[in-house]
Amino acid sequence: MAESAKANAHPTADEDPNRRDFIHIAALSVAGVGAAATAWPFIDQMNPSGDTLALASIEQDISKIAVGQQMVIKWRGKPVFIRHRTPAEIAAAVKDDHADMRDPASDASRTKPGQQQWLIVIGVCTHLGCVPNFGTGDYGGWFCPCHGSVYDTSGRIRKGPAPLNLQLPDYQFTGPTQVKIG
Amino acid sequence: MSGHSTYEPKTAFERWLDTRLPILRLANDTALDFPTPKNLNYWWTFGGILAICLVVQIVTGIVLAMHYVANSALAFNSVEHIMRDVNHGWMIRYIHANGASMFFLAVYVHIARGLYYGSYKAPREVLWLLGCVIYLLMMATAFMGYVLPWGQMSYYGAVVITNLFSAFDKIIPGVGTAITTWLWGGFAVDNATLNRFFSLHYLLPFMIAGVVGLHIWALHVPGNNNPVGVEVKSKADTVPFHPYYTVKDAFAILVFFIPFAWFVFFAPEALGHADNQVPANPLATPIHIVPEWYFLPFYAILRAVPDKLFGVLLMFSAIAMLFALPWLDTSKIKSMRYRPTARWFFGFFILATLGLGWCGGKLPDDVVIPFGRDAVSGEAVGFTVVMMSRVLAAYYFAYFLLVMPLLGLFEKTLPVPDSISTPVLTKGGAAMPSGAAAAPEKKG
Ligand code: HEM
Ligand code: FES
Repeated sequence: MAESAKANAHPTADEDPNRRDFIHIAALSVAGVGAAATAWPFIDQMNPSGDTLALASIEQDISKIAVGQQMVIKWRGKPVFIRHRTPAEIAAAVKDDHADMRDPASDASRTKPGQQQWLIVIGVCTHLGCVPNFGTGDYGGWFCPCHGSVYDTSGRIRKGPAPLNLQLPDYQFTGPTQVKIG
Repeated sequence: MSGHSTYEPKTAFERWLDTRLPILRLANDTALDFPTPKNLNYWWTFGGILAICLVVQIVTGIVLAMHYVANSALAFNSVEHIMRDVNHGWMIRYIHANGASMFFLAVYVHIARGLYYGSYKAPREVLWLLGCVIYLLMMATAFMGYVLPWGQMSYYGAVVITNLFSAFDKIIPGVGTAITTWLWGGFAVDNATLNRFFSLHYLLPFMIAGVVGLHIWALHVPGNNNPVGVEVKSKADTVPFHPYYTVKDAFAILVFFIPFAWFVFFAPEALGHADNQVPANPLATPIHIVPEWYFLPFYAILRAVPDKLFGVLLMFSAIAMLFALPWLDTSKIKSMRYRPTARWFFGFFILATLGLGWCGGKLPDDVVIPFGRDAVSGEAVGFTVVMMSRVLAAYYFAYFLLVMPLLGLFEKTLPVPDSISTPVLTKGGAAMPSGAAAAPEKKG
């Protein structure tokens, strides 16, 4: 580095490794940034497209779902379970609020106040994405046929490899028997 | 192998071409005159069989792509159209679908050959790694191909495999979800996913062909390993590839075509799943989903673990073991012919892998060995498929991580011949081949 001042005073290509290094580093940096900037659109094109993102909310009439039954509707390509729970199923879920769980949550936190009979969850197993089967498994909630995850009547994970409870979509009641999801 | 060429241009045209593009020289030196150990057995024919499998998949695949439509509303029906209406379409599709299975059958034999005869050891590590890369690309290709008919198994296969990446949410929250959304091009497996899988399913086989080129290049630097596992010492140890191995390989390929044709013409759906005759339904998963048979051992390892992230990592590391093997095995002796103890461990390794494959096809809670009946429900209780998978997976990993490193240090081996041409030792003999061949001029 001691030489650099002297070298800068007499800039010739042969004698001056520092200036040459600088050009290499500068050129490579510009090329690197350029390559990254070029690569990004080619990577990002695989993310959801505008029309996929625009899939907004859906309204659903739930008056036809009998007590003890569920309806499966499609929202953003995924199944959503709308389950009309029996008093016994609600009681079983509430009773287990303080049981030892992998992803602890109270039953009340998973339903809307005053609408305890309606459980609305995304029907995608939090393990590897299969659709759990209604009313099967040790807790009477759902059983996932793929690798055996068991959910209770609140959609909470109780057994098997799934790490989380069935997710809750954003939804609100727009009438006594009408919900808007999304 | 001395890299020197034996090619002699015979005509004026060949001389002219040779000084401009020595492509005939390359063909001669790699496929005709290439000096090959004279003792290769039929396990060595699977390389040629694999090359043919790749060609079969590419030819039938390009034909299928002329009639197939990669759209979630049309894909299933376009495959039915191939099966019912396209001239010979049923046969071409069945060759492609069963061809994938035959391809995997051949690659598993090929890998097992390498494991037994130590083909991954110096100086063939790069050759082995390239083979592992081909295997990975094959798995990706077959997985995406299986999604294309857009039946129930196609759909849920795609769901489960892409969701493997969501496990990374546990390491950095959000990253796993970002990856799956990116892979899907949406919030679930859907049309965007199918369309890109078709694009990649078309591309990857050609990438495989490229890596096969590197694999053969890396083979032709050190030359073939052989059943004795002793490197070639002299010309007496070799024969030219043509006609000796062109004929042997061709014969093996024809024999291989017999079960292949049997599947295509007599049991075309034997390896498939009835549920894939049902169009994809994102709202209901079939009762029993299983992957194609060639993925079952890995599937069993995934399910053996109750934790999502750990299960996924363990499954990926099962494949990573193959990549690491050249540096895990401490024995200098290549062929297990001279490693009697290793042979036992190897035999159990094959059994464990087959056993894992069996477990992968069963339900996790199925009882393998019943101990009695549950007092309340009356169902059989006992040793379940998950428990068995755990035992077998433990052996699978122990083979790579304990047996391979330790056995080489402690085992008692048999005397290794000095060269390929002297497989029978006169006396005691050196445990390791010495530098020079004992009698290079001697014929085997
Ligand atoms: C490494 C080579 C390849 C493998 C292992 C492979 C594997 C597969 C598999 C397992 C299927 C599903 C078959 C079924 O159950 O119906 C499939 C389908 C398909 N493949 Fe390939 N493939 C390969 C190469 C190719 C190539 C080069 C093309 C050319 C474009 C191609 C085009 C197709 C098409 C259009 C389908 C959908 C029709 C069908 O399902 O039969 N494949 N492939
Ligand atoms: S996807 Fe539900 S248990 Fe694996």
